[in-house]
Amino acid sequence: MTHLALKNVSKHFGNFTAVRDFNLDVNKGEFVSFLGPSGCGKTTTLRMIAGFEIPSSGEITINGADITNKSPNQRNVGMVFQSYALFPNMTVAQNIGFGLQVRKEKEADVKDRVAEMLSIISLESKADSYPYQLSGGQMQRVALARALAIRPEVLLLDEPLSALDAKIRVSLRGEIRSIQQKLGITAIYVTHDQEEALSLSDRIVVMNIGEMEQIGTPFEIYNFPTTVFTANFVGTLNTTSGEVLDPLKGLVTVDGVQFESASDIKSKRKGDKVRVAIRPERFNFVSQEKKANILDCTIESINFLGSIVRIQVKIGNTKFFVDTFNNPFLDLPNIGAKDQVTCSKEAVLVLDE
Amino acid sequence: MNFITRLRKFPFWSWLWFIIGALYFILPLLATFEFSLSWDPANPLKAYQRAFEDNRFWNSFMYSNVLALATIVVSIILIVPTAYWIRLRLPQARRIVEFITLMPFVVPAIILVFGLIRIYSTPFSIPFTDVVFMQPLTNFKMGTNILIVGGYVVLAMPYMYRSVDTGMRTVDIRTLTEASQSLGANWFVIITRVILPNIRAALLSGALLTFAIVVGEVTLASFLGVNAFGPYLFLLGQHRAYEPAALSFVSFLLTWLAMGLIQLVTGGQGQAAGTH
Repeated sequence: MTHLALKNVSKHFGNFTAVRDFNLDVNKGEFVSFLGPSGCGKTTTLRMIAGFEIPSSGEITINGADITNKSPNQRNVGMVFQSYALFPNMTVAQNIGFGLQVRKEKEADVKDRVAEMLSIISLESKADSYPYQLSGGQMQRVALARALAIRPEVLLLDEPLSALDAKIRVSLRGEIRSIQQKLGITAIYVTHDQEEALSLSDRIVVMNIGEMEQIGTPFEIYNFPTTVFTANFVGTLNTTSGEVLDPLKGLVTVDGVQFESASDIKSKRKGDKVRVAIRPERFNFVSQEKKANILDCTIESINFLGSIVRIQVKIGNTKFFVDTFNNPFLDLPNIGAKDQVTCSKEAVLVLDE
Repeated sequence: MNFITRLRKFPFWSWLWFIIGALYFILPLLATFEFSLSWDPANPLKAYQRAFEDNRFWNSFMYSNVLALATIVVSIILIVPTAYWIRLRLPQARRIVEFITLMPFVVPAIILVFGLIRIYSTPFSIPFTDVVFMQPLTNFKMGTNILIVGGYVVLAMPYMYRSVDTGMRTVDIRTLTEASQSLGANWFVIITRVILPNIRAALLSGALLTFAIVVGEVTLASFLGVNAFGPYLFLLGQHRAYEPAALSFVSFLLTWLAMGLIQLVTGGQGQAAGTH
């Protein structure tokens, strides 16, 4: 059942359109991420849900009730900020209990709820500490507890992990997801970090220049991007210009090299210009496995990226990245050597130019 | 490290200018103190005793303190929401407001007081009628008190506005406000429970500067004919020699005490806000 809905929501700042005709239905307990580059409108959309910006047009509802023009303090929407936004003059316990005190809940209830939230974020020992006595990760956990303490209808998270170092980010994002699932709360998460979005979300909304590019599960977004922007923005991708050779057989050419694709291009005509996109990890060297497309290549460069090795190959006149898992026994080709790579026809995505 | 190397590293010129500057401030103070003790060699504190025995001193001093407190309260009520709203919603208005707050430096107090007397020494009547609904403010004590506090709020505005604005710059006012709103707080709760406690050092700093200005102010108080501490000290200086020196020294001590208080309070908050 739809819990949060945005219907034809737009936001203009003077002549600039920050968000254009945005539609989204979020189910109860769902974790949806807004993913996109800076300036794509993801934070503006989040701020409209929070009530910090009023939409120029459209409607926002929670449980069917129109909240479009309600002030932020009447929406019962919890928010976690990138900069933590803890109140420096209050202790951890006072920060968490602030929203409940504002709602004039009984002192005993506030105390119980604060203790419960402290236990959820495992910071019972820090109840009487001030924010400046905490680490970044601890401050963000307190901010999360503070937002959740008021039992919000929707939890909004505005790039909450951006200010933290890499290791804390990974552990805290797991914590955020498990707390969200445990409490069954509807969450909207804004990020420009695709790894965060892919690992946390039930669904991802990819945004670009104020518009929704694609919405889908992380699996769909990563494996079946429908636009060039999504394909390029999520994950590493080889994209190049191609030409339709045989629409019925799914054949395209890139600089004279023929690729077979599983993409439905029956509506296209021979000679149509298209974008051909292939993820680096979908390539294999022929010696490992034979697939639909067997392509002659020259090894251009080899880069170690930790758990993977990224090899740049030249197929015809076009350069592609090929990813392979790193291991100490990996038999790497020599730079300049001639070799063959292969990929399945499902790996060859044909997108509109 | 040998002596020559140490000597070369010693910031000679910095120290020289610092010492000259310090002497410029300290010598007159020491001279005043020394002079205040020289009335009666048998009783060096005689000037202080005489000054404190005078009821007019206590009356004018207490009256100035009350005026200062009233000025501080009115200034906070006017300036905190203004500076807050400019930071939050009207950043484009900041330059205009800063210009207005600098006006007391440009317009002398004597002009201000003549303006106040000119406008508020006539009765307030309903326009185009002869119906008077309020006597001139200068005609009764409370009216004069309101006028002088209004004048002091203007004189203290540059100091109070800058203190408050600087305090707000050190904490992320916008995000704290949004965090409070998302937790259900209304504007009153946000200002009283979130904003004010987080700028308390800046408020105290502005309040103490305001206090120092009001307690020592002469022009407004003289022309509005109130028995404040400034005119009292001025009159005393015309007729006596030692008591004014004693009271001046006491004023310095009070100011230094105030500065010490600012340091004490600011030190604690600086740590909290700095790591936020």
